[in-house]
Amino acid sequence: MSLILGILAQSGGAAVAASSYESIATITGNTSGTITFTSIPQTYKHLQLRCILRTVNSSYTFLNYNIRVGNGSIDTGSNYTYHRLYGTGSGSGSSDGGANQSAGLLAATSTGSPDYYFAPTILDILDYSSTNKYKTMRSLGGYDLNGSGGVYFQSFLWMNNSGIDTMQFNVGGASPETVGASHFALYGIKGV
Amino acid sequence: MAAGSTYTPIATNTLGSNTATVTFNSFSGYTDLMLIVTGKISTGFALLRFNSDSGNNYSRTYLGGDGSSAYSSRNSNVSSNYISLDSTTVATAINQIMNYSNATTYKTVLARESATGQAQAQISLWRNTAAITQIDITAGSAGTLTAGSTFTLYGILAA
Repeated sequence: MSLILGILAQSGGAAVAASSYESIATITGNTSGTITFTSIPQTYKHLQLRCILRTVNSSYTFLNYNIRVGNGSIDTGSNYTYHRLYGTGSGSGSSDGGANQSAGLLAATSTGSPDYYFAPTILDILDYSSTNKYKTMRSLGGYDLNGSGGVYFQSFLWMNNSGIDTMQFNVGGASPETVGASHFALYGIKGV
Repeated sequence: MAAGSTYTPIATNTLGSNTATVTFNSFSGYTDLMLIVTGKISTGFALLRFNSDSGNNYSRTYLGGDGSSAYSSRNSNVSSNYISLDSTTVATAINQIMNYSNATTYKTVLARESATGQAQAQISLWRNTAAITQIDITAGSAGTLTAGSTFTLYGILAA
């Protein structure tokens, strides 16, 4: 259940008040290099990133954007871990990574796949502004190319107590250009 | 950074009687849509179609667990996407319809579902670049969506 739907369930299925979920910023269109959100307000309880991505790299049909976060600056240390449950359409599996310098959480098709195919991911960043706990995230994403594809359900840990005010995404240092209709949309969810 | 309230409830349809098809066709002005289904079906799957397209323009890849093992499979070149409902137990499906009004991309749906004995995540594709202007949830196998089932549509706008 997504974060938002968890809230829905807790409220007995009633609609969430529109004012509790706010659009913070969106990065869209043709981007090159690393994608970075800075100065993320610390006034929300949770964050949600909604992406739909396609990159320019004809050598691949699919790529995975890594994430790094920080407070004031990006943490480039080996302070990230993840666990992944995935399905390829013909099999399923699980993998993990410990003490990495980043973790791949966002799916993206690439220009090695036919035109018009994009990959969505929804990433929930829980209690991101807390200063007394390590930060956890979860994502659901994937791609379908009508005959191939994958679904990825992942958890992510940043081993730092600081509030997150900066997030950065790239593809293994390759930082490919995104295709026009791609976007990274960041939302804040209020708490009480 | 810009900020604006969003995640807006658009419409809810709670079925007063067994019904073959539920339709939403008024939801302009957002970036993404979220369709939440809680309910039952008389038989088979519920079919999710866009813009009344019943051609073989849909596909999906899915991942599930049934309590004893994980599995993954896909459907290609099929005439609809699918929502897993059940005839005996109320099931829940959360469908994120991404970038639905864009007119240059194929449309994708991220879904999480729970039905009797299984949990499932799936990505579905509609191979059409047209903006989605109509959503139909239809009972397959000539069945009906069961009275009391609820279908709620939300709109999410990006800054």
